[in-house]
Amino acid sequence: MTASPTPSPTTAPLEPARAPAQKFRRVSAHGRVRHWGPGLLLLSPSLVLLAVFVYGLIAWTVRLSLSGQHSAIDKQTFEGTKTFTNLFTHDISDRFTHSLGNLGLFTLVFLLGTLFMGVLWALLLERKIPGEGIFRAIYLFPMAVSFVASGVVWRWLMNAGTGDRAGGLNAIFHGLGLTFLENPWVLDPHWGMAAMAMPAIWQLSGYVMALFLAGFRGIPAELREAAAMDGAGTFRLYRNVIFPQLTPTALSVLIILGHMSMKMFDLIMSVTGPGWITEVPAVYVWQTLLTSDFAKAAAISVILLLLVAVVIVPYLIYNNRVERRS
Amino acid sequence: MRFTKGAAVAAAGLAVSLLVAGCDTSGGATATGGNTKEVEVFTWWADGGEKAGLDGLVGQFKTDCAKFEFKNGAVAGGAGANAKQVLASRLQTNDPPSTFQAHAGAELTDYIKAGQVEDLSADYKTWGLDAAFPKGLLDSLTVDGKVYSVPANIHRANVLWSNKKVVAAAGITAAPKNLTELFAALDKLKAKGVTPLALGKDWTQLMLLESVLISDLGPDKFKGLWDGSTDFASADVTKALGDYKKLIGYANKDRDTFDWTDAEKLVMDGKAGYQLMGDWEAADLDTKGFKDYDHIAFPGNDTAFQWLADSFVLPKGGKNPEGTKCWLKTVGSAAGQKAFNTKKGSIPARTDATAADYPAYQQSAMAEWKTGVVVPSCAHGSACSQGMQGAVASAIGKFSSDQDAAALQKALSEAQKQFVTKK
Repeated sequence: MTASPTPSPTTAPLEPARAPAQKFRRVSAHGRVRHWGPGLLLLSPSLVLLAVFVYGLIAWTVRLSLSGQHSAIDKQTFEGTKTFTNLFTHDISDRFTHSLGNLGLFTLVFLLGTLFMGVLWALLLERKIPGEGIFRAIYLFPMAVSFVASGVVWRWLMNAGTGDRAGGLNAIFHGLGLTFLENPWVLDPHWGMAAMAMPAIWQLSGYVMALFLAGFRGIPAELREAAAMDGAGTFRLYRNVIFPQLTPTALSVLIILGHMSMKMFDLIMSVTGPGWITEVPAVYVWQTLLTSDFAKAAAISVILLLLVAVVIVPYLIYNNRVERRS
Repeated sequence: MRFTKGAAVAAAGLAVSLLVAGCDTSGGATATGGNTKEVEVFTWWADGGEKAGLDGLVGQFKTDCAKFEFKNGAVAGGAGANAKQVLASRLQTNDPPSTFQAHAGAELTDYIKAGQVEDLSADYKTWGLDAAFPKGLLDSLTVDGKVYSVPANIHRANVLWSNKKVVAAAGITAAPKNLTELFAALDKLKAKGVTPLALGKDWTQLMLLESVLISDLGPDKFKGLWDGSTDFASADVTKALGDYKKLIGYANKDRDTFDWTDAEKLVMDGKAGYQLMGDWEAADLDTKGFKDYDHIAFPGNDTAFQWLADSFVLPKGGKNPEGTKCWLKTVGSAAGQKAFNTKKGSIPARTDATAADYPAYQQSAMAEWKTGVVVPSCAHGSACSQGMQGAVASAIGKFSSDQDAAALQKALSEAQKQFVTKK
């Protein structure tokens, strides 16, 4: 609301001697306001809302994370980065580094899994097989289900019970006599988070497939024809002609899935609920907030934000450069 | 870009109205209340036996305090977790409800230290509550010589439930009286091929650990763990953690995804012999129509009665202190406690209640409440603050997966240093 276009009429009559120059400047100022004023005015509600509710609250969270408010009654005294260093060095049973480790394993398995399945399906569908539309819909459909809903189903599928108490996948293995395949899934102390990535892979492989399929289709047919003329086989064609052109697609996929993975909360809450074995930073924030340790919860949130920024910001810079070049 | 005056006005109008709308939602919440007859009771009792109990209490309130009006401020979900968040923000903005529910004991100390609740010592005398409640409970409720809350009910946490048929089939003839006998009984069940001990996730494991600690340390040293006079790093605790580790070996391996009701189902289905759980299990088993259950105090706990209680307070700056006091008086009265507890399945905190008004389980619990040694519970907030409870539950969850007793003792000791100020 700072763009008030009428400061000059009140000052103009006081200085009649310099009227011509004043008039000229007034017109140009007015012209400029006319140029960007309406746009700014239309944008201003969203700008103000963003400034307050996104960037303002980020600033407030950072301030809270630097304060000593560790219970409902503590005052907001400045404590510096002590909360941050404590998270890495003095957290009881290294809970925070454990949650980061869990997140790392989850992200790795999730990204590799979705990329592998997504590219595989895209390659198969790219061969113009009959009924492509149906397959595409089938593969893409899990994405429409919410993590909470699929999490409840996978909670049952990945039931940790074995033997005659087995349920879900373990019951199938048990019934088929494949007892060596029965395992505790998400409750495995070392590989639990890899099992936790399975529902996420199931849900988002179709999305990766769709992105790569679009990437394949965006490559002009002439390039394939030229490669064929030069005597390139199928493998050489994909290895040297098609895949290099899919780098932007792969990068987008990694960014989109990567930042989703960093913030993972709903899937874990519905598959196991909060608990040590599957705890990730987002769940830890929630647990900490329940004990009214506001400074610690804010500090973990800030670290989470930085983690996501490390992935997103270079991508935004790269994207900006590419756009400016074209 | 062509720009007309009309469009400018429209855009400005839109911008302003959006901003105003944005501000309005934050300001609207404070304009409630105003009716001084209303007593807003803030709880997380929104359904089941808890809701029935609250309704019973409200019925009594209507007869005792006819000139005041009850207003239900219940926030559902998360076993009170959601309600506590709402309450914290209301207290921060100086908009407290007339009264709110809190676990009696250590969980209340945060509010007391912050000066958010009023001293009720004088009213305790007027209402005769200091004679009606047992001394052990009064000691736990008292902070620096003052009492700040009125407990509505008492639950017992350290109860071992069993499936009579399963236990008898395994050849266990007498109830185990100490940990050695318990291990022998569990071995018999194991030999029969059933899960000896049904267990759920972190907080239910914490309850089990607390019971083992009571057996190995005795009630007095156990109480000392939570006020700092007993060290978590001591050799007694090391021994107790060894016993706890042994007990975990008898439990179901999928415990970390189980709620207490899942563990209860194992017992009901005859797939498990024993389960440690609070005495709300009696009401639940009765509702589910399961009759073959038996209960004893956890072996080795003797007469230690590990209690937890829901209580009500008088917040500072509440809108209707007079009405709130009438509510608190009803909560503490013999009639109020009867109306609440016969429906919720808990027992009255008062020792002068008529046992005949209650079902079988509660009758035995009431007799033990009168004679037993009263000890608090960390899993249910009467022994430790919310921060310590969270840290301890997480350490227990870790132990469930890696069985590292030394690391658990270190974590418990660190939590004690961080959250307990030595008396």
